[in-house]
Amino acid sequence: MTSEFPQTRVAILGSGSIGIDLMFKIKASPQFDVAFVVGRNVQSEGLGIARDCRVETSSAGIDFLKENVDAYDLVFDATSAAAHTVHNRFFAEAGKFVIDLTPAKVGRLCVPCINLPDVEAAQNINLITCGGQASLPLAYALKQSVDEIDYIEVVSAIASRSAGLATRENINEYMTTTEYALGLFSGAKKTKAILNINPAEPGIQMQTTLYAHARYRDFGKVRARIQAMAERVREYVPGYHLVVEPLESQGRITIGLTVRGRGDYLPEYAGNLDIINCAALAVASHHHETSQAGVTQ
Amino acid sequence: MILISDSTLRDGNHAIRHQLTAAQIYDYARAADEAGIDIVEVGHGNGLGGSSCQLGQTPIDDRTMLETAREALKNSRLGVHFIPGLGKSADITLALECGVDVVRVATHCTEANVSRRFIEQTRAAGKTAYGVLMMSHMAEPEVLLAQARLMQSYGAQAVILMDSAGYSTPSLVRSKVSCLTNGLDITVGFHAHNNLGLAVANSLVALEEGARLIDACLKGFGAGAGNTQLETLVAVMEREGYASATTFERVLALAGRSDAFLSPKTPHIHAANIASGLYGLFSGYVPHIQKAAQEFGVAEFELYKRLADRRLVAGQEDIIVEEASRLAHERDTTQALSA
Repeated sequence: MTSEFPQTRVAILGSGSIGIDLMFKIKASPQFDVAFVVGRNVQSEGLGIARDCRVETSSAGIDFLKENVDAYDLVFDATSAAAHTVHNRFFAEAGKFVIDLTPAKVGRLCVPCINLPDVEAAQNINLITCGGQASLPLAYALKQSVDEIDYIEVVSAIASRSAGLATRENINEYMTTTEYALGLFSGAKKTKAILNINPAEPGIQMQTTLYAHARYRDFGKVRARIQAMAERVREYVPGYHLVVEPLESQGRITIGLTVRGRGDYLPEYAGNLDIINCAALAVASHHHETSQAGVTQ
Repeated sequence: MILISDSTLRDGNHAIRHQLTAAQIYDYARAADEAGIDIVEVGHGNGLGGSSCQLGQTPIDDRTMLETAREALKNSRLGVHFIPGLGKSADITLALECGVDVVRVATHCTEANVSRRFIEQTRAAGKTAYGVLMMSHMAEPEVLLAQARLMQSYGAQAVILMDSAGYSTPSLVRSKVSCLTNGLDITVGFHAHNNLGLAVANSLVALEEGARLIDACLKGFGAGAGNTQLETLVAVMEREGYASATTFERVLALAGRSDAFLSPKTPHIHAANIASGLYGLFSGYVPHIQKAAQEFGVAEFELYKRLADRRLVAGQEDIIVEEASRLAHERDTTQALSA
C-alpha cells in the first residue's frame, strides 16, 4: 500500500534519451513524484518533452540541484562518467541518495537481481552499464552452477540511434566498467567486453552474447540456473529474453539474450536503454520501500 | 610521394584465423622494412584487443606481436588498427609503450564520433593518428565527408576510406574519394578489398582523385578475396608515375623472400606474372623466363627488364635463353674484373 505513504521526490539529472525514458517510467509509478528534469541546454529535445509533460525543468545542470537541495530525496544521474564524478562530490556532501546510470563506478555496483539488498545502505549506487545489466545476471548464474570460470566475454550490439553522445564519449568506461563488474560478479579470472554500434534503419534490436570458458560437471544445472535467472530478471525487465539457450562446445558456453524495450520514450529496439532504466527503477523502488519502512518503525 | 601502408601482418591475419606467429611477424616486418615500406601494420585482424571468442583468439598477445615487429623495423613506421568498442584506451597505451608510431582509429563509416578520445590519446602522446571509416560503401559521399571532418577535428592526420566488403566499383570510389580530398585539409587514404577483382583499379582511381595513402597487402593477404595486392599496386603506380618510398623491384624481392614464411591461400597474382604484365611481355613467357633465370643463375627481374627493352613479340622464346646467357656472361666478366 505504498500510495498511502508520501511519495519519494526524484530529480533526474541529464535530459538525454536515458533521462527522458526514465522520466516516463518514474511518472508511471505511484511511489514517485518527478520533482525536476535537469539538463544543460534549454533547447534540448529532452527538456522540451519534459515541459510538455508538465514536469519542472532547468537547464542549469548541477547548480540547479545545489540551489534546490531540499526539494528532492533521490537523484538519478544520467549524464556522463566524468560529469558524475564531479556531481557526486556535492551529492555525498548533501547526503543525497544517488542512482548513477553512467559507468563512473563511483558508488556500489548493483544488479538488482543479484545484490540489491546488500547495497541498500550505500549513498551512491552505480548501475554499471547497459551491457552489464543484461549480461551480469547470467554471469552470476554461471558462477553458481560451474566449478570455475576462466574467461567471460560479453558482446553487445546496439542501434546507433540508441547510443547518445555521452554513451559514445564513455565507450571506454563502458568497456572497463563492464569488464570489472564481470570479474566481480562471476569470479572469472579474465573478462572482455565488446560493443558494436549498428546504424541500420529501422534500428536493430539490442542483443548480447555471453561466452564463457568454464569447468563444470552438470550442464543441466547450468541450463536450469540460467533459465531461473532470466525469470528473475523478467520481474523488473519485462522484455528480457534468451535467444540462444545455453550451448556448450568444448568447454565453451554460449548464451544469447535480447531486451525488447517497453517503448516508453525510445522505440522498442532500444532495449539497452530500457534495461538500465528498469534497473534504476527497481533500485529506486527498493529504496522507497526501505526508507518508508524506516519511517514507520 | 604516396605513402604505402602495408596491412599484411594485420588484415592477413583474417585469412588464417588470426594465427600469425611471432617468427612470421619478425621475418615479414624485417623484409618489408628493407623493401622501403612506409608503414607496417601489425596485429589481430580486427586490431588491438581483437583476440576474443567472438572474432578468434591469437596464439600470441598484442604486446608480443608489437614488440616483435618493433624489433624488426628500422625505418618503417609501426602501425596498429584500433576499433573503439573492441579495443580500449589501455590497449592504445600498451601499443604506445611497445613503440607504435601510427594508430589507425577505425569506426563504422557513420559512427566517427566514437573515435575522438582515442585519436586525442594518440596525438597527446606525440604519435600519428589516422581515422578509418570502415564499410564505406554503406554511406553516401557527403555523409562520409561529414564523418571524416569529425575525425579531422579530433586531430586525425589522415582519413582512410575502407571498402571493407569489396563492394565498390571505380565510379563509386571516384565520387567518394574526390568528395573527401576536396573537403578535407588532411591526407586521404584508401583501403580496397578484391572481391570484385577491382582492388588495384579502385586504388588507382583513389590516387587519381588525390588520395595520398594506399593500403595494400603482400600477395593480397587479407580477409575473404584478399586485399589490394602490394606487388600489383606498386607496379601500376610506377607505370602511372606515382612515386613512393619503395619500388616494384624491391617489392618483388619482398615477395620472393616471403615465400619462405608466408603462403597465403588468398587468390593473388604471382609476382612473375605482374612483372611480365608491367613490362609488356607475352604472358606465356613467364615459365620460360623463370627457368632461364634459374639455369643461368641470373636475376629474374633483370631478365624481364632486358627482354622488355628488346621489345619481344609473341613466339620469341629463344631470345629468353639468349638474354639470360648474356646476363650471366656479363656478371662473370664483372666478377673477373673486380677480382
